[in-house]
Amino acid sequence: MGKLNSTLRRLLEWVDARFPLSALWRRHFSEYYVPRNLNFWYIFGALALLMLVLQVVTGIFLAMHYKPDASINASGVPVAFASVEVIMRDVPWGWLIRYLHSTGASVFFVVVYLHVFCSLLYGSYRKPRELVWLLGVLIFMCLMAVAFSGYVLSWGQMSYWGAQVIMNLFSTIPVVGPDLAIWLRGDSVVGDATLGRCFAMHVIAVPLVLIGLVMLHVVALRQVGANNPDGVEFRKMKDGNTGIPFHPYYTVKLILGLALFLLPFSAIVFFMPEFGGYFLEYNNFIPADPLHMPEFVAPMWYFSPFYSILRAVTPDFVIVPGLAVTVFFFWVIAISRSSIKFFAALLWLLAMLGFYFIDAGFWGSVAMVGSVLVWGGLPWLDHSPVRSIRYKGFYAKLALAFFVASFLVLGYLGMQPPTCLLTLISQAGTVVYFAFFLLMPVYTRMDKCKTEPERQVA
Amino acid sequence: MCSDNKVVFGRRRLVIATTVAGGVGVIAGAVPFVASMLPSGRAMANTAPVEADIGLLTPGRMMTVEWHGKPVWIVYRTREMLDSLAGLNDRLADPYSKRRQSEFAAPADIRPETRSIRPELLVVIGLCPHLGCSPISVFSKGAASGIDPGWQGGFLCACHGSTFDLAGRVFKNKLASDNLPIPPHVYLSDTRILIGENGKRA
Repeated sequence: MGKLNSTLRRLLEWVDARFPLSALWRRHFSEYYVPRNLNFWYIFGALALLMLVLQVVTGIFLAMHYKPDASINASGVPVAFASVEVIMRDVPWGWLIRYLHSTGASVFFVVVYLHVFCSLLYGSYRKPRELVWLLGVLIFMCLMAVAFSGYVLSWGQMSYWGAQVIMNLFSTIPVVGPDLAIWLRGDSVVGDATLGRCFAMHVIAVPLVLIGLVMLHVVALRQVGANNPDGVEFRKMKDGNTGIPFHPYYTVKLILGLALFLLPFSAIVFFMPEFGGYFLEYNNFIPADPLHMPEFVAPMWYFSPFYSILRAVTPDFVIVPGLAVTVFFFWVIAISRSSIKFFAALLWLLAMLGFYFIDAGFWGSVAMVGSVLVWGGLPWLDHSPVRSIRYKGFYAKLALAFFVASFLVLGYLGMQPPTCLLTLISQAGTVVYFAFFLLMPVYTRMDKCKTEPERQVA
Repeated sequence: MCSDNKVVFGRRRLVIATTVAGGVGVIAGAVPFVASMLPSGRAMANTAPVEADIGLLTPGRMMTVEWHGKPVWIVYRTREMLDSLAGLNDRLADPYSKRRQSEFAAPADIRPETRSIRPELLVVIGLCPHLGCSPISVFSKGAASGIDPGWQGGFLCACHGSTFDLAGRVFKNKLASDNLPIPPHVYLSDTRILIGENGKRA
């Protein structure tokens, strides 16, 4: 035993002289100090990492059998669609690998949304964690890209018509839009060329960027340290009693958390992988048909809040962003110097001309993209003197409650067929969604906050 | 180069020149990759005209033909359907189809009031000009259509709720702001129609 230990130690010394292995271990695990008061909400970052690994591993095995080919085979079914059926029926254990991957995609989003909610609760996006947050927003955008391109691959009806709608979002851009959309599709319609590039994006391009961003996200977090439910900067404490090493204290807790998480996850994979049509939509079991769209098309649940925002911008509704922009520019003109006043007035005029002359469809696309991009502004929009919801005042709590409600309502509406009443509700939801962000500088300044404690309470 | 000494301007100019030359090289190098994503020759060749037999089409029915990878609808409108078109103008976004048309040139002999060459036969591309969903036909009238009590029959885009009349004209305040596009087409005989080409073959 002693001999083995000394051999291993010498091996480690040999490696350490050539690669900072022990230093990496210390920096990221054994001497990475974490607040001792982290709660349940802090498990979702680790779970997201687990889901990423699961998606990569299952994805590698699926790519061995999948064929990105939209041509019609001898039985009259697109080759891509048929290859997914082969995975489900003929490849040994293929059904399990595919269900892990398809369930994994939806659960990945569940975990990521809860991870983001944790940051909203405890102000983890505030200074000095702006870069951690911005990298997170980029990760979310990559996740959307990878989810969309993967969804196209199974080449069912929903894949085809979903790709049609998303690719056409680009064609709403004035002047260059139609040509850009043709370049993206590689054809004037969604077809074999589109499927091929979705495959390339899904299996290599976006995952590569995604993994790089996740590494940067973690490295940036190590630089500033984890936030905690009290939002009090624990590294400022000199006595060293407020932080505990990540390993073994949190690694042990995380392993328990992973085990508990895998129970419902496995239950879904084995007993209800379609999850009532939410994780795998029933219409996607019909091969892609460019001539007939299913009567009802809805995006996957994780995209539906953003899709609702897209649908909410009808020609009449454009007056709402028009008014918001006008109020904003009047405020800028009122408080700024005369040279800036001129530019502000010019910008306002341009925006008004844009709202008047460019189709509502384009502004819908802008609102949808903007509803994701606006997250990036959060560190600079929040002016509250405290970070955590525990010490924030009534307005911030109310705003967060309204925001979560609007997100859920928009998510529900995005999966329903549009009627006049539902469109009206989704327009109200869209206003609440954006007001949460854009009015944040106002209501966080007005809020009466409690004073933060000197140090975190457990 | 030089840390705390004075800047050597000759060297700085060389650095700028090298950076610019390198940047040009990177952009030039990116061109083949960006261009590779344009439609291939094979995709472009897929636009040949298609012929359709409309001999079996009866009044009040429609058929779908694939052209250019897109669904083209041929709708045989009844007298009653045609009569409903005239009264809709003030509810339509673009009753006379004066806005910009699609990438395809519609035949020159289209009658604006029915948007067709032959009054009863409507030929349109069945893709919503908003985001390209394929609308569904709702020919039942009034409240039974489930759309609105004043519905005269037409098409509904289930994705984003745009509605079109029986001439493919879009209603006001919908996400789509253009009418359904009319593809190039020409009648070869009473029962045969060529989609994808305009001309005087009849």
